[in-house]
Amino acid sequence: MIQTAEMLKVFSRHRGDAIVVPGRGGRHWVNISTRPSRDLPLGDPAMGGHAMFAFGLALARPQDKVVLFDSEGDLLMSMGVLPTIAEHAPANFYHFLLDNECYATTGGQPVPNAKNVRYDQLARASGYQRSYAFSNLEEFTGAIGDIMSQPGPVFVALKVIPEVINEAIGRRPKWQTRTRVQAIQDLRKELGIGEVGA
Amino acid sequence: MAESQEGFLSPKTVLAEMKKNGVTHVLWLPDSETNWLYTLMKAEPSITLVAVSREGLAFSGAAGIAAGGGKPIILIQNTGMLESGDSLRGWALSLNIPVVMMVGYRGYTRHGVNTDSAADFTEPFLMAFGIKYYLVERDADSPRISVAFEEARKLGRPVAILVGDEYHGFN
Repeated sequence: MIQTAEMLKVFSRHRGDAIVVPGRGGRHWVNISTRPSRDLPLGDPAMGGHAMFAFGLALARPQDKVVLFDSEGDLLMSMGVLPTIAEHAPANFYHFLLDNECYATTGGQPVPNAKNVRYDQLARASGYQRSYAFSNLEEFTGAIGDIMSQPGPVFVALKVIPEVINEAIGRRPKWQTRTRVQAIQDLRKELGIGEVGA
Repeated sequence: MAESQEGFLSPKTVLAEMKKNGVTHVLWLPDSETNWLYTLMKAEPSITLVAVSREGLAFSGAAGIAAGGGKPIILIQNTGMLESGDSLRGWALSLNIPVVMMVGYRGYTRHGVNTDSAADFTEPFLMAFGIKYYLVERDADSPRISVAFEEARKLGRPVAILVGDEYHGFN
């Protein structure tokens, strides 16, 4: 199993100019990223939508790499997103999945069939041309440069150590430094596009 | 067709409204009210058609496209909209996404006698979410589509078009 924060530190060396949607890795990524204006740490606007959001961003910005750190609970809720992404095969889309085998933010209850789902194979069967699975940091560290240097769409399933939260929602430390709307506005400013809908 | 052109909603009219308003991406799941648009949209080079397998994905996809500078439209049936409540809340309303959603009004009749409970809940659902909506049944109603785009832009939130006309054959 991989420590999410350590994996994100390794990834950050290969990030380049990519736009990063850190998903459930956001609370670590905000402390690691050196380019916050190209990050969209949205937290959890509504579970099940992260992959489609990041894919939509990739469709709208074909000139930019878009990296998503999805989670297995989120993907399980909307597994049908995989064929949609594969159909369009965005060459700029890099889909990483943090698989901790549980719903960590609700106390660590297992996701359905937690230990037996091969997400990399689901992605491949849905039409992703490249997919990988890693359960230790050393192998990931050796492969990430090659993964990021080739065109997408690529799917990278990562077995990560659960970081279970049992604290009541109101007492959890806030890791987000900007509102979601502000993060989107900052990204659009960085990309040289105006207000949403303008 | 026996009906006059003015009596129903032409897919060409709807596509023209999309193009006039600069739509770049259509997120859709086919339904019996809007399926007549498919062939035309597929042939339109300025529009990318993104088929989803569940309607809630249309809202998160639209949010990503809008965040990246594109102009999405959502094309779904009222049944799918009803199931998409949390996606609509989290990905469109809370992110201030100015998207027009064209919603097939399954079960609606202009005579006031709905034939399906999906129609009974459609307008109460939109009102509960505070979403403005316009009914479009025929070509003469089509300017309301541009009104919806303009209101979505001004308000920074979704606006709905209820499509109250089933298809009359493909194109």
